[in-house]
Amino acid sequence: MNLAVRDIRHSLGRFVLTTIGVGMLLMVVLGMGGIYRGLVDDALVVTRGVGADIWVVQRDTRGPFAEVSRLPRSVVDRVTAVPGVRDAREFVFHTIQRERGGRPLRMGVLGLGWPTDKGEGLPLIAGRPLAQNHFEMIADESLGLALGERLQLGKDTYTVVGLTRWLVSSGGDGIACFTSRDAQAIQFDEPGESVRLERQARRGRARGIDFGRTQPSVLERASGLSGRIAALPGPAVSAVIARLAPGADAGEVQGIMDGWGDVTTYTADQQEELLLKGSVDRARRQILLFRVLLTIISAVIMALIIYTLTLDKLHPIALLKLIGAPNHTIVGLILQQSLIMGGLAFAVGYVIGLELFPRFPRRVLVTNDDLLRVAGIVLVISVFASLLGIWKAMRVAPNEAIG
Amino acid sequence: MGDAPALEANGLTKVYGSGHTEVVALREASMQVRRGEVAALLGPSGAGKSTFLLCVGLINPPTRGRVTIGGRAVIDGPRALGDLRRFRREHIGFVFQKSNLIPFLNAADNVQIMGELIGRPAAVARRRALELLDALGVGARARNMPTQLSGGEQQRVTVARALANQPSLILADEPTAALDSTRGRQVMELFRDVAHTHGTGVIVVTHDHRALDVFDTVYEMEDGMLRPATRSGVEASAGPAREHRLLP
Ligand SMILES: Nc1ncnc2c1ncn2[C@@H]1O[C@H](COP(=O)(O)OP(=O)(O)O)[C@@H](O)[C@H]1O
Ligand SMILES: [Mg+2]
Repeated sequence: MNLAVRDIRHSLGRFVLTTIGVGMLLMVVLGMGGIYRGLVDDALVVTRGVGADIWVVQRDTRGPFAEVSRLPRSVVDRVTAVPGVRDAREFVFHTIQRERGGRPLRMGVLGLGWPTDKGEGLPLIAGRPLAQNHFEMIADESLGLALGERLQLGKDTYTVVGLTRWLVSSGGDGIACFTSRDAQAIQFDEPGESVRLERQARRGRARGIDFGRTQPSVLERASGLSGRIAALPGPAVSAVIARLAPGADAGEVQGIMDGWGDVTTYTADQQEELLLKGSVDRARRQILLFRVLLTIISAVIMALIIYTLTLDKLHPIALLKLIGAPNHTIVGLILQQSLIMGGLAFAVGYVIGLELFPRFPRRVLVTNDDLLRVAGIVLVISVFASLLGIWKAMRVAPNEAIG
Repeated sequence: MGDAPALEANGLTKVYGSGHTEVVALREASMQVRRGEVAALLGPSGAGKSTFLLCVGLINPPTRGRVTIGGRAVIDGPRALGDLRRFRREHIGFVFQKSNLIPFLNAADNVQIMGELIGRPAAVARRRALELLDALGVGARARNMPTQLSGGEQQRVTVARALANQPSLILADEPTAALDSTRGRQVMELFRDVAHTHGTGVIVVTHDHRALDVFDTVYEMEDGMLRPATRSGVEASAGPAREHRLLP
């Protein structure tokens, strides 16, 4: 006859409620760990996703995720020409906040290097990659946009052709992918009036110099598209990302580019470190600390609950001793009950978490490692708490059952 | 264990506490209970009756003295058997004033566990438990929890548990205190029947003088001293004169 199970069955309601309570506590512990992992993972999802070996950014900046970084597009060609570089493309990334249906819509705008990168590598859950070099976008589902939905950004309207999951910026904002030209158009969008004023100003400046007066075509050009004027720079890119040829040495390649004077380079690992030490560092440490605290508190609460469970049974335990039950029967009763509660509570926490975590606004990433760790903690607490109870039970005199 | 008496207690002395808090609860108490003998133990409150049962029941060993159960010297002065709890579950049955059933086990389980504790297979212990409950007239309540049973029913289940390990000695401390006199007498008669049919020695601490005719022997205890009851002593404490067929 299993005494632990009998006792549980006898006070089933109480046991179930306590177990659910402990389970919810464990769910929060799991969730806090998951929020931590999610934060770290989200911060790295873009850098990992683009698959760069080397990041080339504006000189002395920490790259586009930490601060503003601007490079002329021509750096792409320069980087491509460095021995050891397999290919290079521009990286355009910035965050915008617009309004949609009266609510703020924050999104990370990521430029894909059309035509080499149409977004085939993205974690698509619906739709397709980009098929034309303008006016299409792939949006993360967290942005709340539907397939086929049209969104006006700047002067142009973009159609959502694909949806991704968990593609978010380090701030947790959903990312939308465009061709890099479109991404730049969104970033550097200027109102028509400002464009007209700028053209007029150019015309004015051209009239003021000899060259402008002697060459009428210069005046003509000055009021045309800025992209056609050789003297004006094209829109800047945030960074250039390079992939190395097989066998190439990253240090050597970096050495060449660092000699240029207008760029700074980072390896992929350095970039990840910059991210974790930079923009998400405080949030990460804050959650980590809270998680440690929460784990300790849960451990204490759980231990107390299990210990109290034993205290409530001291009279029957004295009685068992009185009728001659050996110690291992009593130890078994306490230990098994505590393990049953710990195990069930863990399962409850896990199941509730499975149901609840996907509804969180940011990713809650519960890894198998974390699950195992929490399970281990629960096991240790269950055993430890029952040891306390067993210690107490061993000291109960059988004659305490009488009286 | 042959023909050895169920219990031989010789010169039991029990001292609680020490120094100025010292209480001598038993003074050289001796008693012999044969197999099949039912002994009553009378005496005022605080006389040391419970202490005596705890000493011979190996729950709270005496400070001095010798306890022999079924011919086996269990306690001899400072020397005692290594595993008293084991001896207890194999040879002694207990019944106390308040029902002492395990609250989370139903009636049958409360009896069955005793059988399992002495190593019987669950099925065997179960069968025996149900037989005992039937024999004690509470077979129909086998599946009830202790709180669902009346005081008398609880006491019967406790008796069944005390019998489940086929003990050589049953110790009952005021088992009928919570019962009305009819029920109390029934329980006493139960002890007598058990003792006579199973050859078990039984000691019952009681205040109920109306049921004394059930017992084979009657002892009195006063201030830690134990002696066979005299007619006058019993009558004095029992009030109006009564016939006790077993008293000298
Ligand atoms: N655990 C104990 N510690 C100290 N004194 C005790 C203890 N148990 C009983 N006594 C004392 O021993 C004496 C006998 O008690 P007890 O055996 O319970 O008497 P009875 O059962 O006859 O009423 C009383 O004076 C009581 O106060
Ligand atoms: Mg008493």
